[in-house]
Amino acid sequence: MQHDNLVELENVAFSYGARPVLKGINLTAKRGQVIAIMGSSGCGKTTLLRLIGGQIKAGQGQVRVAGTSLNALDQPALYRLRRKMGMLFQFGALFTDMPVYDNVAFPLREHTDLPETAIRDMVRMKLHAVGLRGAAQMMPAELSGGMARRVALARAIALDPQLVLYDEPFAGLDPISLGVIGNLIRRLTDTLGLTSVVVTHDVQESLKIVDYVYFVSDGVIVAEGTAAEIRASTLPYVHQFVHGEADGPVTFHYPAPSYTDDLRLGGRSA
Amino acid sequence: MLKQAIANLGNRTLQGVGRIGFAVRFFVAILLHSGTAFRRLGLTIREMYFSGVQSLIIILVSGLFVGMVLGLQGYETLQTYGSEEALGILVAMSLVRELGPVVAALLFASRAGSAITAEIGLMKATEQLSAMEMMAVDPVARVVAPRFWAGVISMPLLAGLFSAMGIFGGYLVGVQLIGVDEGAFWSQMQNAVDFEQDILNGVIKSVVFGIAITTIALFEGYDAPPTAEGVSGATTRTVVTSSLAVLALDFVLTAFMFRGLG
Repeated sequence: MQHDNLVELENVAFSYGARPVLKGINLTAKRGQVIAIMGSSGCGKTTLLRLIGGQIKAGQGQVRVAGTSLNALDQPALYRLRRKMGMLFQFGALFTDMPVYDNVAFPLREHTDLPETAIRDMVRMKLHAVGLRGAAQMMPAELSGGMARRVALARAIALDPQLVLYDEPFAGLDPISLGVIGNLIRRLTDTLGLTSVVVTHDVQESLKIVDYVYFVSDGVIVAEGTAAEIRASTLPYVHQFVHGEADGPVTFHYPAPSYTDDLRLGGRSA
Repeated sequence: MLKQAIANLGNRTLQGVGRIGFAVRFFVAILLHSGTAFRRLGLTIREMYFSGVQSLIIILVSGLFVGMVLGLQGYETLQTYGSEEALGILVAMSLVRELGPVVAALLFASRAGSAITAEIGLMKATEQLSAMEMMAVDPVARVVAPRFWAGVISMPLLAGLFSAMGIFGGYLVGVQLIGVDEGAFWSQMQNAVDFEQDILNGVIKSVVFGIAITTIALFEGYDAPPTAEGVSGATTRTVVTSSLAVLALDFVLTAFMFRGLG
């Protein structure tokens, strides 16, 4: 049965111990779309991604991927579902003890009985798709940050997943690599018929490529819309975020006692 | 103040007990997920190369020196009683029963155990273990279990080599250097060392030490906080905890094995 929505979150809440991180999130990702989850550091974006990947379980509400609810899955069932998913970690998370080629071949060797010749061709194709066929024999330590992420992307799509999750794919990249990664996400989504969920705080780069954006702040979705709608948004939080203003609804100063009291200027005029 | 101290003590105790519980569950998980380590023997053999073969130099050199020292000290003591010929027995018994398994295990803990902890800890810190889980590959089966079995298999082999080198060192010093009668050295050793009582018990000891060291090393790595201090602290704890575990287990095992025997 083909569902129109590949990822569905319904009223999802999650807390680390007593600290609530997410408080009632509703979110959907349609097949073939690139959606972005944005928000400032520590707002719960990565937690959302971990919920969709099944690494953690929602405290309340439903997380569904490809029509399957993740809440009640045991490990074998979760692992079966994960074969339909790929994930790009923030710094690539390549296996440092094997060369690029073996990194991309890893999921193929673990999950298929393909002969080595077939694996070789598939690895070449995936590496070619990210432009790094020539780097097959390099070790992860020899790669630049952008290259490592492209290899990790090739590894994430090795088993032709339906869904790819990206954790901060733009963090710490130079402008050229930024553009390369952004284009790859869009192009692979379109050519391979993937669905992409990107967690990021890089507004400019992601607004160029996404179909739909969710803004998360303080555990709830404060705004959502297409890239054009977000750019035009007059909501103070979104405006501050999109334009990178230092002060606004998110204040520059971390909550603190009064400055004059702190400097022991009480009694004198500050 | 006092209330706070008691609360802290309780907290520490609870955390400690929780950690032990987690370690036991981890050990059971390793055993349950050991299938891959044997089905894909290549994975385990690769790890045997890293923890076993790469420990060879330190094990062989230490064994030689320990044996040579035993030769010197043993001769010194034995000649007081006019029984220098028993030097072979003394060297072989000390090594096969005690020093071989124990010293080899201590060296293995600091050479291979620390490396295992640091490797697993860094794999965790750099999200390699999470990446594996997201690729639907269980890290306990793919990464942890092969290292466990590699350590358990390597440990008795290393202890055996340590003892062999030690006996050779004792022979060099006792027979070649000091001049103890060669025939007496070897024949008395052959007569006195019993296969079951001495050699087999030594092997059992080193298997137990291998299980203890690799379990501690793997657990510390897997449980390490994903930071630089976290991994370095875990590596130190591996060496300290597994060395103490080896010495304590050795006492217990010796008490069971050699109670009331000459």
